[in-house]
Amino acid sequence: MATFKDFRNNIKPNWCPGCGDFSVQAAIQRAAANVGLEPHELVVVSGIGCSGRISGYINSYGFHGVHGRALPIAQGVKMANRDLTVIAAGGDGDGFAIGMGHTIHAIRRNIDITYIVMDNQIYGLTKGQTSPRSEVGFKTKSTPQGSVEPALSIMEMALTAGATFVAQSFSSDLKELTQLIEEGMKHKGFSLINVFSPCVTYNKVNTYDWFKDNLTSLSSIEGYDPSNREMAMQTLMKHKGLVTGLIYQNKERKSYQDLVPGYSEKPLTEADLTISKEKFDQLVGEFM
Amino acid sequence: MISQLSWKVGGQQGEGIESTGEIFSIALNRLGYYLYGYRHFSSRIKGGHTNNKIRVSTTQVRSIADDLDILVAFDQETIDFNFHELRQGGIVIADAKFNPTIPDESKATLYAVPFTDIATELGTALMKNMVAVGASSAVLGLDISVYEGVVQEIFGRKGEQVVAKNMEAIRAGAQFMREQLGDNIQLMQLDKADGKKRMFMIGNDAIALGALAGGARFMAAYPITPASEIMEYLIKKLPQFGGTVIQTEDEIAACTMAIGANYAGVRTLTASAGPGLSLMMEAIGLAGITETPIVIVDTQRGGPSTGLPTKQEQSDLMAMIYGTHGEIPKVVMAPSTVQEAFYDMVEAFNIAEEYQCPVIVLTDLQLSLGKQTVEPLEYDKIEIRRGKLVTGELPEIPDKGCFKRYEVTEDGVSPRVLPGMKNGIHHVTGVEHDETGRPSEVAANRISQMDKRLRKLKHIQFPTPVHKHVKHEEADLLIVGFNSTRGAIEEAMERLERDGIKVNHAHVRLIHPFPTEDMLPLVQSAKKVVVVENNATGQLANILKMNVGHAEKVFNVLKYDGNPFLPHEVYTKCKELF
Repeated sequence: MATFKDFRNNIKPNWCPGCGDFSVQAAIQRAAANVGLEPHELVVVSGIGCSGRISGYINSYGFHGVHGRALPIAQGVKMANRDLTVIAAGGDGDGFAIGMGHTIHAIRRNIDITYIVMDNQIYGLTKGQTSPRSEVGFKTKSTPQGSVEPALSIMEMALTAGATFVAQSFSSDLKELTQLIEEGMKHKGFSLINVFSPCVTYNKVNTYDWFKDNLTSLSSIEGYDPSNREMAMQTLMKHKGLVTGLIYQNKERKSYQDLVPGYSEKPLTEADLTISKEKFDQLVGEFM
Repeated sequence: MISQLSWKVGGQQGEGIESTGEIFSIALNRLGYYLYGYRHFSSRIKGGHTNNKIRVSTTQVRSIADDLDILVAFDQETIDFNFHELRQGGIVIADAKFNPTIPDESKATLYAVPFTDIATELGTALMKNMVAVGASSAVLGLDISVYEGVVQEIFGRKGEQVVAKNMEAIRAGAQFMREQLGDNIQLMQLDKADGKKRMFMIGNDAIALGALAGGARFMAAYPITPASEIMEYLIKKLPQFGGTVIQTEDEIAACTMAIGANYAGVRTLTASAGPGLSLMMEAIGLAGITETPIVIVDTQRGGPSTGLPTKQEQSDLMAMIYGTHGEIPKVVMAPSTVQEAFYDMVEAFNIAEEYQCPVIVLTDLQLSLGKQTVEPLEYDKIEIRRGKLVTGELPEIPDKGCFKRYEVTEDGVSPRVLPGMKNGIHHVTGVEHDETGRPSEVAANRISQMDKRLRKLKHIQFPTPVHKHVKHEEADLLIVGFNSTRGAIEEAMERLERDGIKVNHAHVRLIHPFPTEDMLPLVQSAKKVVVVENNATGQLANILKMNVGHAEKVFNVLKYDGNPFLPHEVYTKCKELF
C-alpha cells in the first residue's frame, strides 16, 4: 500500500518560502495515501496561478490546464473514467474570478470530484492585484486607493448553489486539512474545500497571525450540525465566513454519475468503440 | 410529366410550416424521390416569416433550385416575399381564408384553397397544413396512400381517430385541388420515382451518427444555432452505449471538459458555431500544446458577433485555421455533403488520436440544416484507429521518473498513455514542457518540442483531401469551393460546359493542412480559377493563393447576404469572365 511519500516527486516547488500552498500539497499527499490510493489512480487537475503548479508537485497523474478551467477539465476526466479519483485545485482568482461560472455549475452538477481552493485573497503570480476574495479597502497594485468591491462570501454562495460538501480550513492546520480532504474524496459528489493559504509576499493583511486571530473552529461551537444547511448558513454569516471545519454535508443526494440515465457503471474508457452491424442498421433505418 | 420541381411552403413561424414541409418530404422520400431542402427561418420562436423550400427530383440533387414551381402560402406575406422566385407558369396555392392575391397574373396561377375551412370542418383548424399537403400532392400526382404510414408514425400515439382525421384532411385537400386544376392537372405531374428506400437527413444528423460510429461516447456542448441538433441526437443515443452528453455552462466549459475526457481516453466531441468557437480558442491551444486529441464541429453561420445567426455563411475559415494564439498543429476538415459529413466525423476521431491534436470539422448552416436524400452509408467503411495509444503493461520507471509522454520522435507523434495506467505517470501542462511534461523554458527544449509538434502533420494521410471533378487536362476554368456550395457549382459547371467552356471543379475537403499537392496541378492547368464562397473577403481564395500561388488568375465569386448560392448565380458570375 502506498504511503504519503509515494505521492511525493522529485520536483522542487517554485513557491516562496513560507507559502501556504506547501501544506496543501502535503495534505493532498497524506489524504491520498490515507484513503488507500496508489499514485496512478489519482489525477490532480489544476488551474493557472502560483497554486496551479500543484499538479506538478504530486506524484500522480497531473493536468495543468488554462486559467480558470480546472473544473471542467476535471469533470471531463471523471466522466471519462469514474474509477479515477480526481482532485481539482487552484487559487481564489482561478476559481472565484475567471472560473466562477464553472465553480457554481460544478457545485450544482455534483460530479464526484474534490475541489481544493488555495485562497490567499490576492493575485500572487501576477505580483499583487486584488482578488474577488479581497476585503473592501484592501490596497493592491490594481486598487491603490483600496478595493471598493466587497469580497465574495464563497462558502455561503456554495450553499445556495446546492453544494453537497462544503468545508474550509487553514494551511497551518495540516491535520484538519488532511482529514477534510480525505472526507471530501470519500464524499459521493462534488466536494469544495476552501483553504486559507496565506501569500507571504503580497498579502500583508491576511497573514498567518491574522487568520489565527480571526478564525473560529466549528468544533468549538457546541451543537454544530454539518447536516443542517440553515445552521451552516447562519454560522457562516455570524462569523463572516471565517470558520474552519466541515461546514455542510448532504449525504442523501446522489452524485451526477449516479443520477444520469444510461451512464455506464464501468469506466467509459472501457466502452466498445465499435457499434454492431445490427445496431448500425437500426440507427440508419430511423432516417428512412 | 417532369423529372424535377421546386416546392416551397411559407407562413408565420410557429404556424406549422415546418411540419407541412416535413410530412410532404417524408412522403416523397418514401416514394423514392431525391430531395434537397432549405429552411428560411429567423431567430425567434413565434411570428416572422418562415419558409421551407424543397427540391424534388428523380435523380440526385445537391443544391436548391434557381426558381420555384409551386408556392404554398399560409399568408399574404409569403406570396409578397417569395413571388419573385416563381418561374413563368408556376402556381400559388394559398389559404382562401386571407383572400390571397398575386402581383402578376400573367406569370403564375393562383389557386385559393380553403385550408383552414376544410380543416375546421373536419374538426380542427390545426389540420390546415394537412390540407395543404394534400393539395400539393394532387399537383404532383402523388398516390395519397403513401401518407397512411407517415401519418400513423406522427400521430399514432394520439389515437386512431386523430390519424383518421389527418388522413381525411389530406384526402380532402387533394380532392379539392384536383377539381380546381381540372385540365391543368397534367402540368406538374412528376415522373414516377424508383421507390427505393434512402436515408433523408440533415447534415447535423450525419455528424452525430458519424460521431457515434466513430467511437465517440461523450459530448460536452452548449446550445447554439445551427449546431444544437448534434447534441440533441446524441443525448438520445449515447446512453444506449453507456455514454452521455453534458450541457455545460458555456462553450469554454464544453471544450475544456471535452479535453479532460479525451485526455482520460474517451473519444469526446463538442459542437458549436462561430460565437462558441471564439470562446473555445484558448482551449484549442491547450489541446494543441498538450497533444490531446479532440474533435470540434463548427457549423458556420453568418458572423461576426451574433451576425446572422440563422443564415448561411462560410466566414469562419481563417479563424478555424489560425485561431488560438501561438502555433499548434491542427486539422480542419470540410465535408461537402451529408454522406461526407458522416465519414469525415469517423475519420476526424481517427486523425485526432493518430496525430494527437485538435481536429475541427467545418460545416455551414446549409449543410448542417438542409435536409437531403442520402445514398446508403456503408458500415464496412467505418474504421477505428487509435494511433500510438499504449495498451498493456508498462515497465517500471526507477526513481520516480516520469513516462516520456512527449518523447521526441521522428514523426513527431509520441506514445500516449492514459491516467489510471500503472507506470505511466507523467505531467500534462499548457506551459512549454520537456519530454515528461515538466515545465521547461530551456531554449533547445522549446525548439525540439515545437518542431516535434508541428512536424506531426507533415505526414498526415487523408483519403480524399480534394473532391475532384476533372474532365479536362487543360481547362478554361477551374471552380473551387468548400462545404455546401458543391451542388450549385456542379450545376453551374454543366451549364458552362453546354456553353462550350471547359470547366474543372475542385471541392476542398481538407482545408488545413492545405492540400497543395492536389491543388497545384489543377490550378496550373486552368486558364482561370474562380473560388466560390459565402463570405465577403474571399478567405478560401486567399488560402489558395498563399499555398498555390498564381494570384493573377484567381477570381472571387462571393455571396454574403445570408443565403446559399443558386446555380445560376455561380453560372452568371463565371460566365462574365469569358
